[in-house]
Amino acid sequence: MATSCGNRVALIGPNGAGKSTLLKAIAGLVPRSAGEILWRGTAVRKWSREFAYLPQREEVDWSFPITVRGLVEMGRYPQTGWWRKFSEEDKRAVDAALDSLNLRDLQDRQIRELSGGQQQRAFLARALAQEAHVFLLDEPFTGLDRNAALLLGDLLAKLAGEGRLIIASHHDLVSAQTLFDEVLVLNTEQVAFGAVGDVLTPQLISETFAVPA
Amino acid sequence: MIQELLSSPFYQRALAAAAFIGFTNGFFSGFVVLRRNALSVSALSHTMLPGIALGILLTGVLSQWNAFFGAMFAALLVGLGSVAVARGKRVAEGTSLAVLYTAAFAAGVAILPKLDTRSELEHWLFGDILAVGDTDLWIAFSIGAVILLATNLLMRPLLLTLFEPNVAAAQGVPARAMQYLVFGMLVLALVSSLQAVGCVLSVGLLVTPAATVSLLTDKTSALFWGGGLIGGVGSVAAVMLSGPLGLSPGPAIVILLGLLFILAYLFSPKYGLLSPKFFRKVKP
Repeated sequence: MATSCGNRVALIGPNGAGKSTLLKAIAGLVPRSAGEILWRGTAVRKWSREFAYLPQREEVDWSFPITVRGLVEMGRYPQTGWWRKFSEEDKRAVDAALDSLNLRDLQDRQIRELSGGQQQRAFLARALAQEAHVFLLDEPFTGLDRNAALLLGDLLAKLAGEGRLIIASHHDLVSAQTLFDEVLVLNTEQVAFGAVGDVLTPQLISETFAVPA
Repeated sequence: MIQELLSSPFYQRALAAAAFIGFTNGFFSGFVVLRRNALSVSALSHTMLPGIALGILLTGVLSQWNAFFGAMFAALLVGLGSVAVARGKRVAEGTSLAVLYTAAFAAGVAILPKLDTRSELEHWLFGDILAVGDTDLWIAFSIGAVILLATNLLMRPLLLTLFEPNVAAAQGVPARAMQYLVFGMLVLALVSSLQAVGCVLSVGLLVTPAATVSLLTDKTSALFWGGGLIGGVGSVAAVMLSGPLGLSPGPAIVILLGLLFILAYLFSPKYGLLSPKFFRKVKP
């Protein structure tokens, strides 16, 4: 498959299809056994600051004593390295990330004290502070209430509109039609890829998920 | 009387040791709280007893250095051994640690009667901070310096590793090395507190301070510095109070830190049981 910046790509497939693994492989979190990922025409071999990975909610240690601002500041570690102090530029990047996701008032909250939607935004803010270009999200809409899901959908559209590439695993076939531009259907291997309207046909869905459409 | 005490070199050494050891252990307790491995710390602390006993059995003398190396060797052996056994996937790490540390502690208890220095060994069990010598003070000071230096230099990769090990690894942080480093420093901190509170009570010093701070604030850095402050000041205060109260200083330190924890648990403005805010808060 190939896609370009400014798109929102959904990864769809049954449990165990390899959605999370593919995301982690793109992010460089797990070794890739086969295949190649090309970015800007060259193969991605290891982690790059241009890729930001947003973990599934249950994989995050929410009781970790870190504030929203502390989390977003982590996004600057690749720039600052292990030792360099936060420069004015780093601080501005953190402030800008917090502002653009409307988290400024919540910056001193511990991450558990946020709602599900705010938690997603906090991780998005970290990705922004990192100045990432490709956002890899694992089931970002799971567990969000209606309003939070709408807000997150708008945010992803805005981020894509600014030229970023959004790749997210997703399980709801109906909302995928409106939330994403392209879809990759996976079932341990690529089943189909293309624009949402073209790919998500009843026939393909019933084949992949082995349920009557 | 207090003035007389303060001018005594023994007492001065004891207070200095309490300050160094309390601060170092309190500072490091931040990592114990973040890793949520207080129970394995407790296991490791018990392991130090057979290490010391074995050191005496082999060398025939009880000195700071062979107690130090014996304790470190035993803690490393049991700690890394349990990790290795758990690698086999059949036995969970907590299980293998429990098996190995009780066996090691039993071995220590079995060796005890065979040693001539039994009475002195009791001070390794429960500590005797009034008996610290210059060497102990230097050991405590050096360990404190090493731990403070290493953790402060590596704070970012350490935090990243503790929070998201796989993201840290992907970003080029040697996550496994960081985990071993935390473990190594943990053993060092335990060994340094032997003199003050002994191997059985050392867990209190290495867990309670940051646990108390975690009830008061959400700032990660406060966990370390605040923990150090509580550990250091609390230890010094406990040593000073222990005389008039007729308590041994070692237990006094752990009791005082425990009381501070209970106070924070009850009255913390944000997370306290009796704080009005706590009832209103929505817990997801």
